Amino acid sequence: MTIFEFVGQYWPRLLSGTGVTVTQFLAATALGIAISLAMGLLRLSHSMMLRGFAVTYIEIFRGTSLLVQLYWIFFVLPLFGITVEKFTAGYMAVGMNIGAYGAELVRGGILAVPKGQWEAALAINMSAAKRMWRIILPQALVNMLPPWGNLMIELLKGTALVSLISVTDLMFEAKQINGTTFLSAQVFGVALIIYYILARFMLTPFMRWLERFMARKMGRA
Amino acid sequence: MFDWNWAFTWEILPRLIHATGNTLIAAGAGYAIALVLGLILALAQRSQYRALTFLVREFVEFIRSTPLLLQIFFVFYVGPQFGIRLSPWASGMIAIGLHYSCYLSEVYRGGIESVPRGQWEAATALNMTMLQTYRRVVIPQAIPSALAGMGNYLVGIFKDTPMLSVIGVAELIHTANAIGSENYRFLEPYTMVGLIFLAISLPAAGLIRVFESYVRRKLGM
Repeated sequence: MTIFEFVGQYWPRLLSGTGVTVTQFLAATALGIAISLAMGLLRLSHSMMLRGFAVTYIEIFRGTSLLVQLYWIFFVLPLFGITVEKFTAGYMAVGMNIGAYGAELVRGGILAVPKGQWEAALAINMSAAKRMWRIILPQALVNMLPPWGNLMIELLKGTALVSLISVTDLMFEAKQINGTTFLSAQVFGVALIIYYILARFMLTPFMRWLERFMARKMGRA
Repeated sequence: MFDWNWAFTWEILPRLIHATGNTLIAAGAGYAIALVLGLILALAQRSQYRALTFLVREFVEFIRSTPLLLQIFFVFYVGPQFGIRLSPWASGMIAIGLHYSCYLSEVYRGGIESVPRGQWEAATALNMTMLQTYRRVVIPQAIPSALAGMGNYLVGIFKDTPMLSVIGVAELIHTANAIGSENYRFLEPYTMVGLIFLAISLPAAGLIRVFESYVRRKLGM
């Protein structure tokens, strides 16, 4: 069976799988950004307890595998009475994992904002929250967007693991089709190409656009 | 705490330690392949043949932006379709080695490019051959700036070995799965696997930093 006949026959399942992958990606991205911001800010907090909490979170999630975290959330959390549905467990694990990496980027981005900006905000009597929100974070965002591009690709690749807890994403559909047809080269080849298109021709251009957009907004371009 | 069974933990510990050995072997072997293959890919991208440079560049991008899990399935299942039977270990090592060689090629490339142009010119002025230039001038200077990235990916490959469980490599997660389904207890095996990962990857990251500053000192930088 040629690759074209193959796609012609199986495109509905591949498409629905791609849809689930994209949904997982978007949900995990939202969670990941929220956690990155929270942990990145806590990491810079003056309180030693808050800082310690953020460091512990970051080290635990960066020190273990995404797969281990995913299995732990899906198989072990129910033992504590917290049952998460597989779809939720999927993007939770991916988002929490990426959040730990993102927190370090947020921290680096904030530290890279020149000291004069902090002082200027202080001089015009801004509150700490307002200073962070209006002066520091926007500049930090521009600083950290380029490494975020790489992280988003890691996130997209990470979503493939949710297939292992039977979330019906692209990877899962590919595995299922392979199991019934044994057309391994075709199915895994097509899935690889779909992931590649998502990463290279959608995600990367979007991040590039966002970088340019933000730079323009900040009057840096 | 939460129905944690210590007797069971001690009982499964030897199996988990044995599996840790397999995980470390997988990470080490995969990394060895990636180190060599990565250098070849990096040098190929510096060649004078435009077509070769372009092809290698696209290949590296392709591998880097598609999920390792899918690549592992691809290598494992596509071989038999064409009459090549690979053991889980062999296909796992090929997939993970290839995946990380693409990351390492970028690290090498960055390191080589960080060597100032004047060094190349000086080597040419001294009438050194290409091989001598690389071996005696460029590579020694490229190593310090590449070391941090190389270390990160060593820890990275270690944390990605659990994906090999899907094709039946008896590493940590595979063993934890087996223990869990034999005893209907997932709390202890999965938690222990997480702790083992932490216990190895955190000190490893620290050791790599120490090693890096040692090499820098040795090279007088």
